Amino acid sequence: MRVKYVLSEVLVGLWRNVTMSIAMIITMAVSLTMLGASGLMYRQVDDMKDLYYKNIQVSIFMEQEVSEQQRTDLQTKLDGDPLVKEVIYVDKAQAYERFKSMYQDAPDLVNAVKPDQLPESFRLTLNNPEQYKNVYDQYKDTEGVEEIVDQSRLLDKIFNILTAIQNIALAAAIVMAVAALLLVANTIQVAAYSKRREVAVMKLVGASNWFIQAPFVLEAVVAGLIGSLLGLVALVAAKYLLFDGSLSALQGLLSPITWGDILFIFPLMAGVGGLVSAGTAWITLRFYLRV
Amino acid sequence: MIQLEQVTKTYPKASRPSLDNVSVSIEKGEFVFFIGPSGSGKSTIIKMLLHEVAPNKGRVVVNGKDVTSMRSWKRPHFRRSIGCVFQDFRLLPNRTAYENVAFALEVIGKTKAVARRVVPEVLELVGLGGKEHRYPHELSGGEQQRVAVARAFVNRPLILLADEPTGNLDPDTSIEIMRLLDRINRTGTTVVMVTHDSNIVNQMRRRVVEIESGRIVRDQARGVYG
Repeated sequence: MRVKYVLSEVLVGLWRNVTMSIAMIITMAVSLTMLGASGLMYRQVDDMKDLYYKNIQVSIFMEQEVSEQQRTDLQTKLDGDPLVKEVIYVDKAQAYERFKSMYQDAPDLVNAVKPDQLPESFRLTLNNPEQYKNVYDQYKDTEGVEEIVDQSRLLDKIFNILTAIQNIALAAAIVMAVAALLLVANTIQVAAYSKRREVAVMKLVGASNWFIQAPFVLEAVVAGLIGSLLGLVALVAAKYLLFDGSLSALQGLLSPITWGDILFIFPLMAGVGGLVSAGTAWITLRFYLRV
Repeated sequence: MIQLEQVTKTYPKASRPSLDNVSVSIEKGEFVFFIGPSGSGKSTIIKMLLHEVAPNKGRVVVNGKDVTSMRSWKRPHFRRSIGCVFQDFRLLPNRTAYENVAFALEVIGKTKAVARRVVPEVLELVGLGGKEHRYPHELSGGEQQRVAVARAFVNRPLILLADEPTGNLDPDTSIEIMRLLDRINRTGTTVVMVTHDSNIVNQMRRRVVEIESGRIVRDQARGVYG
């Protein structure tokens, strides 16, 4: 009977102040969607970093007139460098082959370039791609080196953008969360006020504190959970419309977001939504119920 | 049953203490009036017995429990042994007489079956038989106070506190409520009543503790309002 009482109080509570409840649920949903999106992007960026950085190379291009001696010296140095994991030497002929296959759709360009015009190079895989700078400093003045190109610099730019988007989503999630919390606090205040007579009688006759507070706290938790469900729906819609829809052209570039990823992020959203609302409600009651 | 030992209470920002070194001892089954002008500190005593305010100095013992050192989370259970009636009845307007009394049982974990057995009995006892399903606005002031008394007594508390229970009632109705409290007292329940209704005090001829400016000025076994 007590469980039934508490549950019916929760529903009555949400319904009594239905516009406020809806506002609370919507802000909560938006906030949790942002949080979920940010979480998904975090995983996404991580996956992509793994994928891209693993295959990343630093290319040391040699001057056209590099001497045999200079090349062997550099090769020895690179082989002994602890920063370098793997060295591949690409001579002019191989460079030309690569060039041909890379631009096979543009035969005019391929025809215009002679094999000996392309520089020979060392392709390095680093133990830690982020230590590119050290490698660069070490070899830039070596004789015979024309240019050092690091692919990770390019990637860094892309990842900076992705991280920025992720941070914006997180910031939006936090701002919306603050709004949601204020609405929760307000809703609980209104609920506590409209039930002040019942609460006074309950306190008087010795109802336990949890019994007095439970309907209010659960009211907030239910709103939080509904909000997180709506957030889940929003994420599913976003995947369906954006990733599988208008952004599907980028599919090769972005690592895919699976339904599993979204389902994995849902407990986080529901947990944050439920716990944060419960905490807010409970703290609000400390001030307005004085049980 | 109830001991106040050299109790002093000064509210923050108050210039003088509401209770100043007050000592009273009340035995089980006693009927005690606390009288005195408004602001004399009578209501503070009720609040202390309910563990609503704590004294600055001294000790309050209710039912063998030291209320002074009681942690607030023990308060709910402690209150189940105390019934309380107020001047303004404090009934729930959207519940019938029966529901008001049953509510008090259900929120402390009693089942509906218990309520169905006990509530009609106690409503009969306070003289509201046949009016169980009326709402407070369909009852007279005296009848509303009977509902409040029924609610306070339904749990068979050891102590019944009454804070000016006749303050909103006409003299005849007041007498009826007093008869009711007297009957409850005869079941062995200790009754502590705060009032400044001289008629009632004079008629009942029970123990009277008079308080003035926070001090006890009289404690008389079969007193009058004086």
